[in-house]
Amino acid sequence: MAALEPIARDNGVQHRERKHTAMKSKLLAASGVVAVAAAALTGCSAGSSEETCTNEIVNPDATQVSVWAWYPAFEDVVDLFNETHDEIQVCWTNAGQGNDEYTKFSTAIESGSGAPDVIMLEAEVLSSFSIRDALVDLTEYGADEVKGDYSEGAWKDVSSGDAVYAIPVDGGPMGMLYRQDILDQYGIAVPTTWDEFAAAAQALKDAGAPGVIADFPTNGRAYNQALFAQAGSVPFDYDNAKPTEIGIEVNDEGSKRVLAYWNDLVARGLVATDDAFTADYNTKLVDGSYAIYVAAAWGPGYLGGLSDADADAEWKAAPVPQWDAANPVQINWGGSTFAVTSQAKDPEAAAVVAKEIFGTEEAWKLGIEKAALFPLWKPILESDYFRDLEYPFFGGQQINKDVFLEAAAGYTGFTFSPFQNYAYDQLTEQLYAMVQGEKASDQALDDLQASLEQYATEQGFSLK
Amino acid sequence: MTMQTTLPAQPAPAAPARGNRPSGGSSLERRRQRWGWLFVTPFLVVFALFLVFPLFYAFGMSLFTSTLATGTRFTGAENYVKAFTDPLFLEGLLRVAAYAIVMIPVQLIVATAAALVLDTLATRLAKASRLLIFAPYAIPVVIGALMWSFLYSPRFGPSATLFDVVGLPSPDFLAADTVFGSLVNVVTWQWSGYYMVVIYAALRSIDPAIYEAARIDGANGWQTALRIKVPLISSSMVMAITFALIGTLQFFTEPVVLRNIAQGAIDAAYTPNMYAYSLAFSYSQFNYASAIAFSLGILVFAGSYVFLFLTRKQSGLK
Repeated sequence: MAALEPIARDNGVQHRERKHTAMKSKLLAASGVVAVAAAALTGCSAGSSEETCTNEIVNPDATQVSVWAWYPAFEDVVDLFNETHDEIQVCWTNAGQGNDEYTKFSTAIESGSGAPDVIMLEAEVLSSFSIRDALVDLTEYGADEVKGDYSEGAWKDVSSGDAVYAIPVDGGPMGMLYRQDILDQYGIAVPTTWDEFAAAAQALKDAGAPGVIADFPTNGRAYNQALFAQAGSVPFDYDNAKPTEIGIEVNDEGSKRVLAYWNDLVARGLVATDDAFTADYNTKLVDGSYAIYVAAAWGPGYLGGLSDADADAEWKAAPVPQWDAANPVQINWGGSTFAVTSQAKDPEAAAVVAKEIFGTEEAWKLGIEKAALFPLWKPILESDYFRDLEYPFFGGQQINKDVFLEAAAGYTGFTFSPFQNYAYDQLTEQLYAMVQGEKASDQALDDLQASLEQYATEQGFSLK
Repeated sequence: MTMQTTLPAQPAPAAPARGNRPSGGSSLERRRQRWGWLFVTPFLVVFALFLVFPLFYAFGMSLFTSTLATGTRFTGAENYVKAFTDPLFLEGLLRVAAYAIVMIPVQLIVATAAALVLDTLATRLAKASRLLIFAPYAIPVVIGALMWSFLYSPRFGPSATLFDVVGLPSPDFLAADTVFGSLVNVVTWQWSGYYMVVIYAALRSIDPAIYEAARIDGANGWQTALRIKVPLISSSMVMAITFALIGTLQFFTEPVVLRNIAQGAIDAAYTPNMYAYSLAFSYSQFNYASAIAFSLGILVFAGSYVFLFLTRKQSGLK
């Protein structure tokens, strides 16, 4: 408008006409802007059906199945699948690890769109998603054909009643990774029971070692749960066939005994209480601050990816310590599966991907050697190749033969709650209060029981 | 979306309308108003689509209750009753109130002091200092909080080295009883510079003749600062405090980032906003989360309103 002002001063009539034409063209231009903005806004939703894949699609005419997963070196596995399948192609995205991915998936379920066809989920969250009708029951899509390829414990983790909500991929049988050099330096024998472990912790402290024997992370979540399970804890009784009933027992005698044991070690200053999965913790794992890392089979892969490690560290693996050496109990921490989501455009093709992507020896060799996964697929799990594999990280020790195969064989499966994330957050709060000295270990578990019972009731469950 | 088709047609019917209606100002006035609407339209479309609509949507959601076992049903105000009797929400509110009581005065004092000093100095150093004090605000909040989480880390941070020199054990900045101070420090570091610029701008707009008059009346530097400058910039102070109040009641980003390294000390319901976030995205209780978010919004609105009402004299709103 300012540009028109000089004209206005010389000639009023001319000005009015000019102004009118100028106004018209400006009005058109302005409406154009609105139209463009509107097109851009609606364009967002129309354009999102185009998938963006991290990998390259080999055969563009085939049915595409979108997959979210965070395995290390997964691109090689995807490429292998795409090269060997003409009808189906995998379009892979890394949507974050663990809770980051679950948050996105959860939001996609709520909004009704945006979820992938196939999703990597840890076994512990399967009930949390199946109760929201987010997963497809794979019994209709040939899950039984591959049932024989997995151990009973692994299959129990992905089923609820008669339904099967995922195909197992990797497992987390637990063992004990330890620093041979540190134990040797202070003359400590490798503990095989928890009593020996406590004695070793005391001996390490008495010998004036700068570090401690291990960490007891209050935010260990599935790790803490596994320690309780070793003493016979069965925290949840839940079955999708009766989705409104749940049994909760987190304050059983076994759990109380385990927690009292750790609380005693904490009180005596024999173990650290650092939060797990922080930068500090990662450094301490490999710099000798902890002599022992009670770990799952994926632990060595995790350690291998950490920096600032002691150059002269000598790692070895041994079975997890036992409460009763005569009756060893094997436990599991983590492990993952592939599930088909209820938003899958072609559930049949999606189920093929879930069943077959880690269903060949070639794929598993990539998974084992590049991503340090522990396979649940029996043809490779029971192979001589896997049993005899030597791990350079452990100075050539055959850790599968020595530790993890036996641990995996002894695992009988576990039932998680349909609100596992809440249960873990509550567990973390109670354990933190305990190590802060605010409450005794028994009280922490009793309070946990009360809070979970209240939550379950609020969520409309009836308690068994 | 209908705007794009109706808008180009508007100038035509506008012409005969001229002169027909004597009331409502001159035709020029009305034409101007039409122009005004046109220019505001793109904003209004975005505003309605991304703020008004989601607000109504969220409010609608908050009137339903969805549980894992029994599905969704209409429950009216039940979620709000639950929210205002929920100990986690109320504890969170008390906590942010405590933060407001400590953090806002600290930030304002730092900001005002810095602004008053910079206003008196006219050297090149003053310009550089102004930029340096403002710089933390230019850093994205997440990056700033991440940086502090490394500074607080007992392993990577400098405190272990510093305390080692004097032979004392390093304090744990992320323990249950120290995390409050650690968070106050992060926020003060980040926001004081911003309030400093707001207050500094107000100081620059004061007529220097007033200072001259004060000097002639025998006021010294301190007296000029506290008796002349501070009262004259009180409206900017009120604005800065209002911003700080709203920001503190909605405290979220810094504790969320620090929670990654202190999950025990900062729980999932540490502030009301964090509680709403956890409810929605960790525990998939979107309906109750909407009710919590709305309750917080109402309290923030009420809090700001009461504050602006009480300070209406200072801010010149009256």
